[in-house]
Amino acid sequence: MSPIFYLLAALTLAGGLATVLLKHLVHAALAVTVAFAGLALLFLELDAQFAGFAQILVYIGAVAILIVFAILLTHGSELPREGVFSKTWFLGLVIAAGVFSVLGWAVLQSVSAVPQQNTVPTVTVNDIGIALVGRYVLPLEIVALLLTAATIGAVIVAMHEKERPK
Amino acid sequence: MTAATPLAGYLLVAAMLFAIGLAGALVRRNAIMVLIGIELMLNSANLNLIAFWRFGPHPEALTGMMFAIFSIAVAAAEAAVGLGLVIAIYRHTGAAELDKIDRMKG
Repeated sequence: MSPIFYLLAALTLAGGLATVLLKHLVHAALAVTVAFAGLALLFLELDAQFAGFAQILVYIGAVAILIVFAILLTHGSELPREGVFSKTWFLGLVIAAGVFSVLGWAVLQSVSAVPQQNTVPTVTVNDIGIALVGRYVLPLEIVALLLTAATIGAVIVAMHEKERPK
Repeated sequence: MTAATPLAGYLLVAAMLFAIGLAGALVRRNAIMVLIGIELMLNSANLNLIAFWRFGPHPEALTGMMFAIFSIAVAAAEAAVGLGLVIAIYRHTGAAELDKIDRMKG
């Protein structure tokens, strides 16, 4: 494996760890942006240019901004007095460690069985576009409908109420 | 451990990122942090899909790539609705901490 892979993996995992551990929500949002960027670079390293740039556009361009806006609108930049970690944080850590050990065990057990095609796939954006309007046109339409419904739903849900009960 | 193939490396990174996202969703009190954790988990699944597409037998069929692209779109919709819900709940109860939201009655 190339040193670039180790570098990108370390960047992504450091971003993820910093997201979970940083106390301020704004810092966590910045760290998760680093993790998203690392993932996009990993996609590019995997010769999936379209997915990599889609990741940059969607996650760094839209989701990170959405998260920052939500933090702003919920006054999340103030540290709560009770601390940022829940009372059952130890149980959560144990569950996460258990899940990781099972997944890691499964991956290491199947090292010899997993496929390893080493030729670089020659897939252009042209091919992806043709596949999207050809074989995958129904999922594309459903995703378009889903995105429309989700946008309208998010606006309706987050619309300002006329009176506050408290 | 035998000699690590590239695919196994990517799968291990994805598993680690999934565990980190799960830990973030489980140990933090703020609802936005839980959503960020879920986003990290979805992203690690995308990394798996792309890695299997790259090292699988038929990359020209584009199956894993398409799966990842649709997954990114669905994750974006999920983030928009989830953050809208967090904002609505904050307006309603004045708190974005999940342990303070303990009633379903409006």
